[in-house]
Amino acid sequence: MSEANLTMGHDAGVMEERPFSIPSKKLVMWLFIISDACTFGAMLFGYGYLRNAAPDWPHHFGAASITNVAIMTFVLVTSSLTMLVGTRKAKADDKSGALRFTFITVALGLVFAALHLREWMSMIHEGVSLFHNEWGAPLFGATFFGVTGLHLAHVLSGVIALTVVALGYKRGRYNADDIEIWSLYWHFVDLVWMFVVPMVYLLNVAR
Amino acid sequence: MSPNTSADTHAQASLKTDLMVYVGILVMAGVQIVLAYYSPGVIRMLVVAAIQAYLAVMFFMHLRNEKSTLRLALIPATLFVLVMMNMVWADSYRLILMKPFAK
Repeated sequence: MSEANLTMGHDAGVMEERPFSIPSKKLVMWLFIISDACTFGAMLFGYGYLRNAAPDWPHHFGAASITNVAIMTFVLVTSSLTMLVGTRKAKADDKSGALRFTFITVALGLVFAALHLREWMSMIHEGVSLFHNEWGAPLFGATFFGVTGLHLAHVLSGVIALTVVALGYKRGRYNADDIEIWSLYWHFVDLVWMFVVPMVYLLNVAR
Repeated sequence: MSPNTSADTHAQASLKTDLMVYVGILVMAGVQIVLAYYSPGVIRMLVVAAIQAYLAVMFFMHLRNEKSTLRLALIPATLFVLVMMNMVWADSYRLILMKPFAK
């Protein structure tokens, strides 16, 4: 039974209005987002704890890395803007516009992932891995790849989810609400990156 | 004014706001990079990140347009959990200084 049938069926006259005036699935996405924010918070606090307690934490990110991170930030924030426009188009019943901007967002997500993997590969070539670090504190590699890996997994999950929802929206299986709900997830991934960049990269620049 | 014209004007105003927030977030990302080289500090960096996050949540995720009950249900609980995580610092300083917050 659809949510519309459930809320507008026989008991419509006696049922209360939704407490937050949003669809149930949107509320579920918000609940997922706040729980995921706590997960990322715990990861970043764990990273900060170890960084603080290690006397030889590496400050090794040079100009090339920081430039790469700046480009990644630009790409991800721009993808949030395109997702926003896509959502507005979907709400305005402009199906082709919504699909165009959602797929632009997906493409930007893939560019971000490619830049991220390039950064990882250059670090691995320099001797940093999950269990090994040529630059100093051995746990640096584990925490760096842990935090950035969790974020990258979210980006790739978002790319897959947005593609599935956009294709479903094209076929009529999903509606503008679904596009809006997954846009929340995408903006959240962007938001997390705003904390990962200063904590993981900018506080460890090479001087 | 016809309804369509009103809707178009509203959409243009919304797009203008979105673009301003987008530029603001990018400028703050640039400020963080400048801070990293000339005046690094965890608190400064996190304050800028928190402003970026506030803009993203309120304008990109449209939480400012939702009912205040939703904001009350989501924000204090999340902030409470994140603030409570700060209790780790005393132990983290103890590991390196053998005393919490020693000078």
